Amino acid sequence: MSSLEYRSAAWARGGLLAMRSVPEAALGDRVVVRDHKGRSRNGQVIRTSADLVLVQIFEGTDNLDLERTWVRFLDQPFELALAPEVLGRVFNGVGQPRDGRPPIVSRLSRNVNGASINPAARAYPREFIQTGISTIDGMNTLVRGQKLPVFSGSGLPHNRIAAQIVRQAKLLHQSHPSPSGIGGGGEFPSPSGRGVRGEGASETRNQSFAIVFAAMGVSHSDARFFEESFEESGVLGQVATFINLADDPPIERLILPRVALTCAEYLAFDLGMHVLVVMTDMTYYAEALREIATGKGDVPARKGFPGYLYSDLAEIYERAGRIRGKNGSITMIPVVSMPSDDITHPVPDLTGYITEGQIVLSRELAAANVQPPVAVLPSLSRLMKDGIGEGMTREDHARVASQLFASYAKAQEVRSLAAIIGAEELSEEDNRYLQFAEAFENRFVSQGEREDRTIFQTLDLAWEVLSLLPKEALTRLSEKDLDAHYQQAIAG
Amino acid sequence: MSGQGRILDIQGPIVIAELPNARTGEQVKLGKPGLMGEVIAREGARAIVQVYENTEGLRPGEPATAMGEPLSVELGPGILGGIFDGLQRPLETMLAQTGERIERGLVIPAIDRAKQWPFVPQEELKVGARIAGGAILGTVQENASVVHRILVPPEVAGELIDLAPAGDYTVVDVIGRVRDRQGNIHKLHLSSRWPVRMPRPFNKRDHAVQPLITGQRIMDTFFPLLKGGKGAIPGPFGAGKTVLQQQIARWSDAQIVIYVGCGERGNELTEVLDTFPKLTDPRSGRPLMERTLLVANTSNMPVVAREVSVYVGMTIAEYFRDQGFDVVMVADSTSRWAEALREVAGRLGQMPVEEGYPAYLGSTLAAFYERAGRVESLSGGHGSVTLIGAVSPPGGDFSEPVTSHTKDIIQTFWALSKDLADARHYPSVDWLESFSLFVDTAARWWHGNIGEDWLQLRNKALRLLTEAEELNRIVNLVGVEALSGQQRWTLESARLVREGLLQQSALEAKDSFCSPEKQYLLLSLMIDIYNRGAEMLRLGMPVQELLRLPLLAKARRWKIAYGSDELEGLRQEAREIVPLFDALRAEYASPAAQRHESEGTES
Ligand SMILES: Nc1ncnc2c1ncn2[C@@H]1O[C@H](COP(=O)(O)OP(=O)(O)OP(=O)(O)O)[C@@H](O)[C@H]1O
Ligand SMILES: [Mg+2]
Repeated sequence: MSSLEYRSAAWARGGLLAMRSVPEAALGDRVVVRDHKGRSRNGQVIRTSADLVLVQIFEGTDNLDLERTWVRFLDQPFELALAPEVLGRVFNGVGQPRDGRPPIVSRLSRNVNGASINPAARAYPREFIQTGISTIDGMNTLVRGQKLPVFSGSGLPHNRIAAQIVRQAKLLHQSHPSPSGIGGGGEFPSPSGRGVRGEGASETRNQSFAIVFAAMGVSHSDARFFEESFEESGVLGQVATFINLADDPPIERLILPRVALTCAEYLAFDLGMHVLVVMTDMTYYAEALREIATGKGDVPARKGFPGYLYSDLAEIYERAGRIRGKNGSITMIPVVSMPSDDITHPVPDLTGYITEGQIVLSRELAAANVQPPVAVLPSLSRLMKDGIGEGMTREDHARVASQLFASYAKAQEVRSLAAIIGAEELSEEDNRYLQFAEAFENRFVSQGEREDRTIFQTLDLAWEVLSLLPKEALTRLSEKDLDAHYQQAIAG
Repeated sequence: MSGQGRILDIQGPIVIAELPNARTGEQVKLGKPGLMGEVIAREGARAIVQVYENTEGLRPGEPATAMGEPLSVELGPGILGGIFDGLQRPLETMLAQTGERIERGLVIPAIDRAKQWPFVPQEELKVGARIAGGAILGTVQENASVVHRILVPPEVAGELIDLAPAGDYTVVDVIGRVRDRQGNIHKLHLSSRWPVRMPRPFNKRDHAVQPLITGQRIMDTFFPLLKGGKGAIPGPFGAGKTVLQQQIARWSDAQIVIYVGCGERGNELTEVLDTFPKLTDPRSGRPLMERTLLVANTSNMPVVAREVSVYVGMTIAEYFRDQGFDVVMVADSTSRWAEALREVAGRLGQMPVEEGYPAYLGSTLAAFYERAGRVESLSGGHGSVTLIGAVSPPGGDFSEPVTSHTKDIIQTFWALSKDLADARHYPSVDWLESFSLFVDTAARWWHGNIGEDWLQLRNKALRLLTEAEELNRIVNLVGVEALSGQQRWTLESARLVREGLLQQSALEAKDSFCSPEKQYLLLSLMIDIYNRGAEMLRLGMPVQELLRLPLLAKARRWKIAYGSDELEGLRQEAREIVPLFDALRAEYASPAAQRHESEGTES
């Protein structure tokens, strides 16, 4: 097929352009549309037959004069040019520069849709990433190659948490073998939680580290916040940014994460870098998908979203991971806002069904001035179990986390009981649960935006608050743990 | 017979092609990359084809070829221990041949053509014998765990005109020939093919009689499933469906396990591939991977292949059933399969009835689950397929179509609860929402093999849990002080049952698998403690003192303190309960008894 220009537009609406009599256009082909003002727009073939070809236009179909719209089929899939110079650059959703600098020129370019990773080729993620945030490191541990979204609501500090993770994320390296595991429990005694681990663990974060920032539908101020945050932590040169702002055409959001992840895959699996991908906000992405789906007349499933939303989101999220025999990794932190704080809304719901856990932010905690307002009970990291414990974090980590969850869940029950019958009526033990919950929220969950806690500080802090409860209530900890870490003085 | 035609229209996974002679169900090869698909409808000369692979790059006008055969799987030695995609292509071989990304249009046989297997013919079988479908020709020791039986394919019958001697053969070597009534000669191989959408035939259905022992207390003790039964695990995201299914795949007393990852995470399959070869079957002591087969169509792989992957898994399961094995198939998640149906239906413009699902959702699910069961095979032997499907209801809402249809079909329902999972009560099986239609049949097995009062104990434990639920409602209104001593003891005992029995960590080495003996022992101990405590209260012991007994905290840890092979320790604990309560009884009963006695002498 030639790269002739066609002027046979039949109709255009909702980001879709229908073309007549374009023989043999291939599904997925890239299209360039020239409008009557001579401006060009990018598109992609989403349905093709001899009579009608349907093109999705990423810049939208507003102001198209059908008579004066010229469409060129490039006879190639949608590809992104790739070179190490992507780092430090800012692009739009289709991968064109947004920073006024020249486009990336390279002989290497890849189809932005990627191809599925063979499940037999994956390497199971198990390397602990210390984010310095206690609720994550201690209770919902992130590992390299994991996809762990932040579920949030309007006005909640998801961006600040994502930025803090980007700023603080590092690997722990055990440079000295720990004293032999015999006796367990108290291998890394660090007095009163303030101990700083100098020698045994050292952090790694070097040139092989990159960040891909994908913003869909975010405000100018949010975009600026991230840029400043990267700049401030001196990583700007290691960031590839793909931006579609709130006032940019929404259809572009459909291709943006695919473009950004093609770039991330290149950095990770071609250049061997450890890539942290921050994607915000997946809900705006899904809304753009709904818009196009409605335009195509696709059968809606829930809340007007098409039935294939799950598969579509999975194509994006499953690009995170590690590959056997390759050095790099893609760790993904998508931000998903929950419309009306509803976790059962299709976008957070389907995301939760795909990702390897979630960090859930709570409006109540935020209102009670707990920052970051992480609701630990609905939060989860599915890959935590293989990334923690002896040799990776600390021997008692899994049990401490489990005890924190159990005790805090129990404390929540006591709280709702207290709300009904009054705190005075509570038993002595129940009162201690209330104290525990307070301390847990104010000392363990709460921490400064600049406070970068080591995992050992986090675990010591956990013991501090757990020691507010009687020993007998701590059934998920072993006797050995209790002997090594329980702080009688606090228990009083 | 194959027909040639050309592509007319491409829309996502649906392609319309001009293929005048194609039949529904027939395989079609499309375009330059040779993508595989299946005819799902015919309209005049046009065939509507669902394509198992990504259709990007296809063009109208490209060729379409009908292949003359429905989608079939290859069945024979060499499939165990492997991982296949939804079309039964071996993923390890694909990895070796084409790298870490899945390429399209690959045609790779499921079983290595060059590999030889040690075939031992059935001794009694003589040339000249009349044989029919399902007859056992001989065996192949596939690995140390499994002796593969080589069967005459169901559709073949007649006179055996030759049978290969013991020796090593590939799956395509001819190992025997049969002449049918019409005089046609059928060549027999170690492997055979079967169309996935057609259930394999058997003589008759048998009653399921034996519980499937999964080593999970909430399943075996509370909501049992039988070998040959149908079960479902519905639950919101993160509630523990996959962990529970992996536990079943690990520990259940099946001989063959088919694990179908249908539209779920790639890393979950990697985890199985990583861990199963290192784990051993608690009964045979052999690596679990030897009895396991994985079918993987992860969420980022094409949707239509997801729909067929469950049929591929089921056909393989039936094949082992026909050899006389007890097979367990877990499918994670059947909702993704149903969604694939929905997507195709939607693109065909079929009328949606509920949440976009087509009207035939319920009947399709029912027909599929119906392929589970215990049967008498064509050769007169017995085998079973137990099917356990995960269900992923949107928003955790069990009234949605897939969950509600499934609930009507299955016999055991393990409902997972978000509240329990959030509180890290695992497995988060909600004891009030779950049910099993098999309790009475299972009881016969438990009574005969483990303990005669099993049913009574189990029902008592469940009753404690339900009573506690009621009592908690009262507590939440007016506080715990409003309860009587007995009621507080009921609450505490229910907690003991919850924490000491129901909660079972998949991650704790000693707790992950719990033998029936250990399950029964723990159950009887918990109920024993309850009964003895209740007696003490009747004797006048204040409930606060009872609640302070260190025994209670200890009892909650028994499950992790003693593994299934350390039951002597647990029995020792049991023996210590008696003197403990005897001492208490002496303390509380004697003054009362004395008082009673003195009253007696006075009168
Ligand atoms: N029996 C168990 N023992 C210990 N941990 C468990 C158990 N069941 C679940 N978990 C914990 O819960 C997490 C989520 O479980 P799982 O992945 O099985 O959920 P799921 O219901 O399959 O979710 P999804 O629908 O999203 O796939 C696990 O990663 C594990 O941390
Ligand atoms: Mg799962």
